[in-house]
Amino acid sequence: MKCDRCDEDAVVHEIVVQNGQKVEKHLCSSCAKAEGLVSDPPSVLSAPLSKLVMSSSIIAKPQPTSPRACGGCGQTWAEFRKLGLLGCPECYDVFDEKLGPLIQRAHEGAAEHCGKTPRRSAEIIDRRRLAASLRKQLLEAVDAEHYERAAELRDRLRHVEDEEPLLGESPGEGAEDRA
Amino acid sequence: MSDPMSTVEGVQWLRTDGREGDIVLSSRVRLARNIAGLPFLTRATIDDRRHVMRLVRKHSRAAEIGEAMEWFDLESASRSEREILVERHLISRQHAKGDEPRALTVSMPEEQLAVMVNEEDHLRIQLIRSGLALTDAWDQINRFDDQLESRVGYAFHPRMGYLTACPTNVGTGVRVSVMLHLPGLKLTGEIDKARRAAKAMSLAVRGFYGEGSEAAGDLYQISNQTTLGKSEEQILEEFERSIIPDVIRFERQARETLLDRRRPMLEDRVQRALGALLYARLLNADEAMQLLSQVRLGVLLGVIEGVDLRTIAELQLLTQPAHLQRVVGETLDQAQRRRARADFVPPRPGG
Repeated sequence: MKCDRCDEDAVVHEIVVQNGQKVEKHLCSSCAKAEGLVSDPPSVLSAPLSKLVMSSSIIAKPQPTSPRACGGCGQTWAEFRKLGLLGCPECYDVFDEKLGPLIQRAHEGAAEHCGKTPRRSAEIIDRRRLAASLRKQLLEAVDAEHYERAAELRDRLRHVEDEEPLLGESPGEGAEDRA
Repeated sequence: MSDPMSTVEGVQWLRTDGREGDIVLSSRVRLARNIAGLPFLTRATIDDRRHVMRLVRKHSRAAEIGEAMEWFDLESASRSEREILVERHLISRQHAKGDEPRALTVSMPEEQLAVMVNEEDHLRIQLIRSGLALTDAWDQINRFDDQLESRVGYAFHPRMGYLTACPTNVGTGVRVSVMLHLPGLKLTGEIDKARRAAKAMSLAVRGFYGEGSEAAGDLYQISNQTTLGKSEEQILEEFERSIIPDVIRFERQARETLLDRRRPMLEDRVQRALGALLYARLLNADEAMQLLSQVRLGVLLGVIEGVDLRTIAELQLLTQPAHLQRVVGETLDQAQRRRARADFVPPRPGG
């Protein structure tokens, strides 16, 4: 992404409030400095090294308004803004907060899917919900020292989780439970 | 690649006996889908792309759709082969470009069902039929979609629906398009009013070759732009019961007005168009489209006799640059094509 004020690559991404309006700013380091958004980089860094550091994901993405990269594919919000395309299904959850308003604007205010649900995904979603509910009940049973019930819940949970691999499952969810 | 594309005879959407066929050329439903467990194409590796192609090739062949699926590997296709596919509305211009592994699979010989593999999404499935036939198109594509989904699994989100690389397609991932021939509205100068009305309803209006193409031959594609918040059936219902019938009514009124009040002008226009098609020595593609459009209007209004609508429909396709060269059997530059087009085009009376 280019700097808003010149042709350099933007390395500082900020959302500031001006006259009550949120404004996104994407600036190169010198323009960011001119706007008072960053202080001088330490001068001890040699040019190639500073380039390396500046291009690293830590510096290129200021906190706290900056997006983190998607854990599923590594794409950043800035990359999405440049391409207009997301990197993977998980991006929808990772960037949910920022995507929400964009999606609503593109779809006449709608925020939720209404329509066809794939049969297979519907099963997967049902199973995921069932597993989550069983897990919760299991913890409650253990807490209450109802061991017989806990054992029964554990078996049912195992049965649900042992069915064929959940193809439609988003990475991260469920995977850690099996690990 | 074998050459099933050398003829247009089997192409279902070129048929002229569809419902409202005097105005509606074709109806199309397109679905954007991605396979679960893989990154979208912006982040996909070459291996991911090949994996998608293998899955789609295997499972689309197994789907029961009543026609054989032909597979086109676009990596190895020549430029002219890709152009032919674009002209037949089987792939987008975007899909024709680039070097990454990507493909098309299409049902032959009617070419109703086509799947672009590795375009903007893993799958862009489309179903085209002649005339106003959105419900039929939806039923067919929905069955195919179910079959494919049960074998490959789609990226789906309980709240957001089908997940697509571009958030403007998320939800149903459905785009419904109807191709309309509106020479009446064009001649009476009301077409811009219709365009504005469509825009006000969040509908897209495009030309014969989609985004960016001018409405050559008075052909307009109207399609939905939003994919979230309405079910597929709701979108189809709006199109089939209200939006398209309204446009049809306006076009019919315009044609009647032309016949009743401006008949000499109309007759002059369409006869001149026929004369130009028959006697011109050089024709460029857009000009041919425009003349064919006016001849079509003349035939439909009974001003021109002895020209077959099917012939006009085929000529609209066969006069496109890549098809023309395929028909002639030679590679031609632009000047040569204008000459060849003029030689080829006389609409043979009776087809």
